[in-house]
Amino acid sequence: MDRFVFLTVDGLSRGAVYAAFALALVLIWRAARVVNFAQGAMAVAAAYVAYTVSTTTGSYWLGFVVAIVAGLLLGALVDRVVMRHVDHASPLNPVIVALGLVLLIQAVLGMVYGNEFRPAEAPFSRSALTVGGVAVLSPYDLFVFATIGVVVSGLAWLFARTPVGLRMRAAAFAPEVSRLLGVNVGGMLTLGWALASGVGALAAMLVMPTELGLHPHAMDLVFVSAFTAAVVGGLDSPPGAVVGGLVVGLLLSYVSGYAGSDLTPLAVLVLLLAVLLVRPGGLFAPVAARRV
Amino acid sequence: MSATRAALPPKRRPVEADDRPVDRRFHSTLLRHLAVVLAAGLLLVAVSYAIEPFRNFQLATVAAYLCATAGLTVLTGLNGQLSLGHGALMATGAYTVALCQNAFADRGMSGGWLLPLSLGAAIVSTVAVGAVVGVAAARLRGPYLAGVTLAVAIVVPALAVTFDGVFNGEQGLSVPVEPPPLSLGPYFPYERWQLWLTGAATLLALLLLANLIRSRYGRSFRAVRDDEVAARLAGIHVARTQVLAFVVSAATAGLGGALLAVLAQSVSPGAFSLTLSLFLLMAVVIGGLGRLTGALWGAVLLVALPDLTHSVTELFTLSPAVAQRLEGNLPLAIFGLTLIVVMIAAPGGIQGLLSRLGRRLRARRS
Amino acid sequence: MSAPDLLVVRGLVAGYGAAPVLQAIDLTVPAGTIAAVVGANGAGKTTLLRALSGMIRPAAGQVLLAGDELRGTPVEQLVRRGLAHVPEGRGVISELTVDENLRLGGLWRRDRADAGRALDEVYQLFEPLARRRRHLGHQLSGGERQMLALGRALVGRPRLLLLDEPSLGLAPRVVARTMALLRQLRDSTGLTVLLVEQNVRSALAVADQGVVMSLGRVVIAAPAVQLRDDVDLRHAYLGF
Repeated sequence: MDRFVFLTVDGLSRGAVYAAFALALVLIWRAARVVNFAQGAMAVAAAYVAYTVSTTTGSYWLGFVVAIVAGLLLGALVDRVVMRHVDHASPLNPVIVALGLVLLIQAVLGMVYGNEFRPAEAPFSRSALTVGGVAVLSPYDLFVFATIGVVVSGLAWLFARTPVGLRMRAAAFAPEVSRLLGVNVGGMLTLGWALASGVGALAAMLVMPTELGLHPHAMDLVFVSAFTAAVVGGLDSPPGAVVGGLVVGLLLSYVSGYAGSDLTPLAVLVLLLAVLLVRPGGLFAPVAARRV
Repeated sequence: MSATRAALPPKRRPVEADDRPVDRRFHSTLLRHLAVVLAAGLLLVAVSYAIEPFRNFQLATVAAYLCATAGLTVLTGLNGQLSLGHGALMATGAYTVALCQNAFADRGMSGGWLLPLSLGAAIVSTVAVGAVVGVAAARLRGPYLAGVTLAVAIVVPALAVTFDGVFNGEQGLSVPVEPPPLSLGPYFPYERWQLWLTGAATLLALLLLANLIRSRYGRSFRAVRDDEVAARLAGIHVARTQVLAFVVSAATAGLGGALLAVLAQSVSPGAFSLTLSLFLLMAVVIGGLGRLTGALWGAVLLVALPDLTHSVTELFTLSPAVAQRLEGNLPLAIFGLTLIVVMIAAPGGIQGLLSRLGRRLRARRS
Repeated sequence: MSAPDLLVVRGLVAGYGAAPVLQAIDLTVPAGTIAAVVGANGAGKTTLLRALSGMIRPAAGQVLLAGDELRGTPVEQLVRRGLAHVPEGRGVISELTVDENLRLGGLWRRDRADAGRALDEVYQLFEPLARRRRHLGHQLSGGERQMLALGRALVGRPRLLLLDEPSLGLAPRVVARTMALLRQLRDSTGLTVLLVEQNVRSALAVADQGVVMSLGRVVIAAPAVQLRDDVDLRHAYLGF
């Protein structure tokens, strides 16, 4: 029972990160109809920038803020310099370009920082507090929950309640009509990329200390897990991405805890295939994955 | 409507009138492809005597990659299915060949027919894996398909560690391969033999692919890529066609992986990472999607670019650590950048540029 | 017709590719009037509106709104110049609520207070919309969508309203109401309207000026009354 509680909390904490990362994927998918396969690599790049800042200044928090800013800028840059110029006639094209970005970013990081793991610092203790003899929650878990909670509700508020959010949604759903109504659609798209990339960078900062550390490929498996989470929730549904993230986090935690951590990659693949074959539109959105 | 009509097969004509021309066309393409393959084979043999052993080995590696890129270009370029999992399929072929060769060696078996048998087994096992992925893939589109195959690319090599009893974890397996037959003489360079082996296998695979592309199946592949609804109206079974394309592509990827394992005489999961899958995709895109000649350019790039960057980094006096970082990553960076630039500026790839250039030259001459 | 010309089009050439659809269009719409562009399918009516609002880039010619050149202005800037375009199919964003659709029409405005007033006025003008504020666009009937599209344009307080086929798919009663509303807006607020219509009778019934297009050219521009009542003209250009 203790173990179950521990695994549940651990899974939720991990799932919160997947949720944020999946949310970032959904943001770009809704805005640009592109699954940003480069999001993992972009987030790692932001985390490396934070690493440099933190090690030179000695301040974790300065690095943390810089990571998010770097993420925002990188997202805007990728949209303006690369994605804007890709012919979207075939859905293959943006995917291939995103993969080119993966190669490029990971290689540049490898050249600058080397291909070995660097330790990623956690700002709070990762050892669990015990409540009535049961190890429950570490201060770091609390930090993760709080941060993701703030980000998710902040995004929800932005999209539902603010004029910018309304513009962003309108631009995503009906770009041509939105332009006629005076919405700067291109700007909204860039803003969407920046926000998503910023959220991705934040997720990377949160997940790094719980994994092996900083490495150009550190987010590869996290990306697949988050993509699975987004698919579980339906690529078009932001609340779905959050729930999907928690589901995937829990599942992976149980698999890793009860069956061995070697099996978690396989579990992700099985879950992804199962969801796509049974409910291709995800569990929340009635949209078909198959576009014929 | 007119597009749909164009995709419809011709109405049934009297059998006598229909069969003969089709038959003759089939024979002539088959013969033409055979002639090209034979010429390429002869050229390869001649070249293998002209160049040094290391170049022989490199050319053999090109041939092995070409197997995989040719299969991938058929799948992605002709059938419109994106696969990021071909590195994993190559791994399947490579590990099968390793397991077979080890089993033969353990039982003390020897003979020239064992390697073809192992290669055949590699193809069969990859076809089985490809069929499973292909059935799933036929139900998926665009980013979903990319996501699933990405997961395959990341997860399958990790299985080598999960089941290290069979696959020996990160260490991998060795692949015992017999020396060239004595009938070729006692001093026959091993690398030349490797080139002959992989060259023969790859040319055979290319011959089959080239004929497939020209056949009814090839046309169905393209019809499904261009417009699924029209293809369905034209009586093409879309899902079956997509699975077939995936299986064919998997078979060649498996063969390519097996050949790579035979060349390296070892397999390990590190050789079949996600990066390899991305490399393959990028090679076919840069070469020119959907063309076998494009696959050739891609395969050449895969071998030549790391070699080239190696020579370039040697020109500068760098500290060993920096040199190592550059050598491992510079080709990747160049590949990534080229991929992006090609997709934005020249979606036809190298082969597209070449044929455009050729057309322009011909136009100028006439 | 002593009012100054709000819209002046001279020699406008535009199309989708090599062959231009519009061949040197000339057109003037005086301020505070309604002009109806009629003509057969494929005459280039929709293309004309799209070229005016910059959704396709004209190859040649002038588009003057109150004397200022519109060509080259980015599409998203045109609302700020006083031009509203209700596109074919009305362009209601079905994933947004009625209220969000309407607010979107006034988001660009600096004068937030007046944007709020304009929103209230639209809700008064179209009472059914006020009752369905929280409904999503795709839950509306055809008539309600029409109101929403018109209302959303009006929230921006435009000088010139471009309307593409407002009668399409609507019951005759609803069409009549829409046309009456356009008249009322013209008279009460001085709105200038350029509407494109297949439904020649109801268009000419409401318009001050009738413009007949055929194969990318303006074949005749005349007072609507004249087109409506002159049997010869009607026979020659409109076929009824």
